[in-house]
Parts: sequence; C-alpha cells; structure tokens
Amino acid sequence: MIESRHYTPEHEIFRQGVRRFIARECAPHREAWQKACKVSRGVWNKAGDAGMLCPKLGAEWGGGGGDLYHGLVIIEEQTRAGFSELAFYLHSDIITPYIELYGTDDQKARYLARMATGELVSAIAMTEPGAGSDLQAIRTRATREGDHYLLSGQKTFISNAQVADLIVVAAKTDPDAGSRGVSLLILETKDAEGFTLGRNLKKVGCKAQDTSELFFDNVRVPVENLLGGEEGRGFYQLMQRLPEERLIMAMSAVAQMECGVDEAVAYAKERKVFGQRLIDHQDARFKLAECRTTATLGRAYLERCIDLFIEGRFDARDGAMAKWWTTEKSCEVLDDCLQIFGGYGYMKEYPIARRWADARLGRIAGGTNEIMKDLIGRSL
Amino acid sequence: MSERASAGGLPFQAEHEMFRTLARRFLQTECVPHRDVWEEAGMAPRSAWRRAGELGLLCFRQPEAYGGQGADILFSVALMEEQVRAGVVGPMLSLHNDVVAPYVELYGDEAQKARVLPRMATGEWIGAIAMTEPGGGSDLRGMTTRARRDGDDYVINGHKTFISNGACADLIVLAAQSEGGISLFLVETGGLAGFAHGEPLEKLGQWSADTTELFFDDVRIPASALLGGVEGRGFGQLMARLVEERLMTAVGAVATMETALAHTIAYTAERKAFGQRVIDFQNSRFRLAECQTEAVVCRVFMERCLTKFMAGRLTAEEAAMLKLRTTEQQNKIVDACLQLHGGYGYMLEYEISRMWLDSRISRIYGGSNEIMKEIIGRTL
Repeated sequence: MIESRHYTPEHEIFRQGVRRFIARECAPHREAWQKACKVSRGVWNKAGDAGMLCPKLGAEWGGGGGDLYHGLVIIEEQTRAGFSELAFYLHSDIITPYIELYGTDDQKARYLARMATGELVSAIAMTEPGAGSDLQAIRTRATREGDHYLLSGQKTFISNAQVADLIVVAAKTDPDAGSRGVSLLILETKDAEGFTLGRNLKKVGCKAQDTSELFFDNVRVPVENLLGGEEGRGFYQLMQRLPEERLIMAMSAVAQMECGVDEAVAYAKERKVFGQRLIDHQDARFKLAECRTTATLGRAYLERCIDLFIEGRFDARDGAMAKWWTTEKSCEVLDDCLQIFGGYGYMKEYPIARRWADARLGRIAGGTNEIMKDLIGRSL
Repeated sequence: MSERASAGGLPFQAEHEMFRTLARRFLQTECVPHRDVWEEAGMAPRSAWRRAGELGLLCFRQPEAYGGQGADILFSVALMEEQVRAGVVGPMLSLHNDVVAPYVELYGDEAQKARVLPRMATGEWIGAIAMTEPGGGSDLRGMTTRARRDGDDYVINGHKTFISNGACADLIVLAAQSEGGISLFLVETGGLAGFAHGEPLEKLGQWSADTTELFFDDVRIPASALLGGVEGRGFGQLMARLVEERLMTAVGAVATMETALAHTIAYTAERKAFGQRVIDFQNSRFRLAECQTEAVVCRVFMERCLTKFMAGRLTAEEAAMLKLRTTEQQNKIVDACLQLHGGYGYMLEYEISRMWLDSRISRIYGGSNEIMKEIIGRTL
C-alpha cells in the first residue's frame, strides 16, 4: 500500500497493465528463461508495445512521461511474480536516462524512441576485471582516429549484454587525466567488428538475467557516438546518475523483502508443527513480527526517498544510505523467512529460495555496501 | 548534520521553534547545572516543576480554559527532543504532560478537569499514573488493587510498583479493580490517610526521576474521584492511550540516537589514536555510517507514524512496530557509540555512558518489546 502524495490513481491503472503483462508474457516462460540464463529477445518488443519500457522518459521521445513510481510499480509486480531479475528497469531507468540527459540532439533522435519500443535493448559497461567501484582505474581505451574512436579493452559482469543492441561503454579517452579522462561511448553491437561477447556467466541467483564478459579489439565507434559530444565527461555523468540508480536498487530490495514476508506469513499459517500451526509457536510469530516491522520501516523509508527524489532533494548520501540499508535488511529478512520454510526453503521450487539467492546481489551491485558506508562516513 | 534534511518531514512552525528555544534555555540553565544534586536526591525538586509551569512548559496541549495553551503534539515533540539533547531525565515533563494530563482532559468530567488541570499546568500538582503491580505489568487484567464502594466513598487497598513520579506526585491516576471492572481514580495524595510511597527505587539509570512503590491501606477517597464517573471503563481508557504513549516513546528514542551520534562524532573527530583521529579509522567511519543510517530510517518511520497520528490514522500495530524498532535501535546505537568512546565511554562524566544506562528501560516500559511483538504477531 503506497501512501505517498506523489502516487496517483493513474499509477494504479498502470499497475494493472503491468500485472497483466507479467502474467501473460513473462511468467509462463520463467523456468525456460532461468534455465537459458537469459530472456527471449522478443519479450523486449512486447514490453515496448505494452508501454512497459521507459515509463519515465519524456513523452516527446516516445516515453511514458511518468516518474519513479512507475518504475517502482514495474519492479513490485515482477518481484511479486518471482521475477525480480527481469532487467527492464536497467534499460528504462538506468541506461535510457544517460542518453536523455547527456546525449546530443542527434543521439536522442537516433536512439530514444527506438529504446522505448524495445527495438533497441541497452546495456552499460563500466566494471572491468580489475576495476569495480574504483572507476578511475578502468583500462579500456578509446583512441581517436579520424572520425572514429578505436575501442580496446575488457569488461565484465555486464547485464543485458547477450541481448543488447546498444552498449554504453566507459573508456579512457585520456589515460593521463584521471577521472577527467573517462568518456562514455555508445556502441552499436550489430556488425561491430572486433567486438566479442564473452561467456554468459553462471551466477548464484538472478538466473534469467544474463551477465557477460565483453572484449573490444580496436572496435570502431564513430565520434558522433561519444555521449554528449564532449570528451572527459564520463566520470561526472556516471557519478551524477548514481543516487537514482541506488534508489532503484532500494526499490527492488524492499519489494523483495515484502514478498518474502508475505509468503512466509502465509506458509506459517498453513503449516502444522507439533499439532499446531507454525505461526502459533511464539518464536515463529515473533520472528515474523520483526520481519514485518523491518519491511514496514523499509517501505516508509523507500517512499520518503522516492518523494525526495521526485522533489529534487535526494542527494548522493541519501542514495548511499538507501541502498545499503535496504539491501542489507532485505537479505536479513529473507534469511529469516527462508528459515520459516524449513527444508522447503532450500528447494528452488519455492520462491523464497530464489528470492534469498537473488537478493544477495543487492549488497554488491551498484557500489558495494562497504563503498556506501565509506561515502556516508566521509559525510559525517 | 543533515539528518533532518534527509528526513525532516514534520511541519514545525515558527511558534514551535520559539517554544523549542524556550525549552532549551530552561533545560540548559535551570536543570543541567543541578543534575548531580537531583540525581543524588533521586528526583527533581518541586521548584523545577513550578518553574516549568511558569514558563508554559506544562500541560500546554490542554485547552486554555484549563490553564493550557491548546497546543498540538509537535510542541511535545520539540520538548522531548530538547530534553533528550540536554540529557535531563527529571523532571519527567512528558509523563506529566503527555501521559497523565490527557486522562483527565479526555475522560474526566467537568469538575475533575476544572480541579486538576489548572493545578497541573502551573506545576502546583505533579502527576503520576499507577498501573503496574508487583505481580502484574503488561497483563493489566491480573491487577489486584481494589476499590470498594462504601457510601459516598471508595476504599482502596493494594500495592503498586515502578511508579514514575511516585514520590513527588500530588495527583495519581490510579488503576484499580472495582465492582464494574477496572476503573481509574484521581487520587490526591496531600494528607491522604493510609497512603504511603516508598523511597525512590535504585535503578540502573534515570537517576533524577523518582520511581517508587505505592501502598494503599484502606485509603478513603470520594466517589467523585472516579475518572469520568462510570466504573469499568479503565481498561479501555488505558488501551486507548497506548498508541500516543508509544509514539512519544519513539520520539524520545530517535532523539536519543541522534544525540548519541552527535556526541560520538564530536568525540571521535577530536580523539587521536595511533597518530590519527579515531573517526579516520575505517571501522569507526563504517560503524558511524551504519548508526547514522539506522537513525535516519527510524526518524523517517517515526515521522510517518506521527503524521498519521495527527490525522487520526495511526494503528495499534504500527505504534507497536514503531516502539519496538526505535527502542531496539536506540539501545544498539548507544552501545555502538559507547564503544567508540573506549574507556571514557565507561566513565559517568561522559554523556554517552548515561545515555547507555538511561536507554535500557525503553525496551521494557510502555509494554515490553515482547508485548509489541505479540501485538504485531496477532495481526499477521
């Protein structure tokens, strides 16, 4: 139950459509996609047709002209359906904004509308085998040669890469300039010579979400694909986007924890142990009461954060706090919920088992929670 | 500090801030300097109550007709926050203002209100409430103190314990079993035959607040002392007040966390170890970052609950969640903060040591936190 003043009946109508889409176009394929470790390319076009991609993108670019609550609705619905790993949010609310906010007019015209329809699926490539949260240490190079850049290097842990038509790649345009030497390039993957998609990595959870290595060997990227048209802006662009990206992770963490609590409560009311319902045992009831309390705080905190974001008052420190707190609590709560299920909690046919494994990523991605604490600690 | 900026959703107005300033000055100049003496005595003197009355710091939420100012709960919030910040436990203004006086205002008849409230507003009378007995705390129905009707009087027999303001109270709202069930009585203690209070009990903390046993041995009070004039309403009256009492407990808990953090950040920024400031050690920074975030989340939830309370929408289970989580977190944070003070944290001259001792009771009173889990657990 969303109590924010920014959440309107229109969001509820949007939710009905999203719920239908997930039930009809995603849920029937869940096991197949999780086994294949990726979703079908076709679901992206269907999502675009259904208005589920880029709900926040300006309507003039073919987007929904909405706000972060639309993104929250999608995350909540897919999470409830046991499909938290679907990466629509990555494309819609994390990558598309780079082009909408920083792209040249030409870049916006070329890409945004096609991203909203699902004709173009996107990925973003920052992390390298030797550089995660310390972005300044990336080694991928983009060397200017005439009206092209030559892109060389390696990336890893790149979500959506198996299906991506566009990859926003962070590369050094000036290796001696530190953070000012980082630029973002938009790589069109189709027929990109020298670009190789590496392994689709096997992960602990988030099975239907593909995650890959990328290799670039003198890949030619036209200069007009330099995001924003100016070199050296990449680090700033990435940093500026982090609070929202972390808030989106918080949305997922809260949704996941709420679903876990709901399922554990339902199970505890049904399951009999020593002649009475599990929930009638005081320890189980108290555990669940604590889990529900944490989830309730998480919900209140998340909505305050989204409201602050919509009102333009959500800063880097808020993003760091929201991300570490929600992802940490989500894992704690889901672990307690799994315990309620006993042996069944360890079986993958039970959603709680998958939630437990899926949620673990939250404490690592988007800057590890240790990085979050470092950021907050510096601000004290 | 920007914990108010990241959360800060309460509609404080200029009048609240003026009141806050007044309260702060009273606490700093007229209470803090006497703290050691008051702690030695086990209570604050009557003169402190009188002075608080003169300044308008008593019963300001009651109607002007009864000596109050018709103020809203945000004035109580401001006073509570200032009292916690100043480290002043006694006089227990919130008990008098927010717990005792509302019973008279909400449930008393005209004569009771006119007699009691103006005296409480000036500090001529100090209020207390007596529920707990040696054999019964949270399970009120097991209460054994009896009020027997005898002509135009009630005759009270019984034994209460853990009664705050018990040694100094002029007016005690007493819960007792009457023929029609549990009833509340307004007991005026001045010259009352058969009534006695014990010496202030030696407690782990909260030394300037008197907590005593009360003894009733054939105490005769007029029938007009029955609160509201109808027997058997006591249980419902007590239950109805719990939501607000738990809310105010949470306000105090959040203020305690924030104050503990402010002391600890200041201390660790000054204290040197191994050639650098304590706050420059990664562990210190991370612990403080965690505590700060937890405090922000608790504040956001407290503010949401307070806002709902002001709109008449705060439920019993939300209040239970709020009391449970904020007091648990209060204790965790003051403990972490004490640790960051090292040996000094164990010395009573440092504020954090007192906060640690004073905090422990919050997980027990107002309904123990186990009772909170029962309340939440029942609604799952």
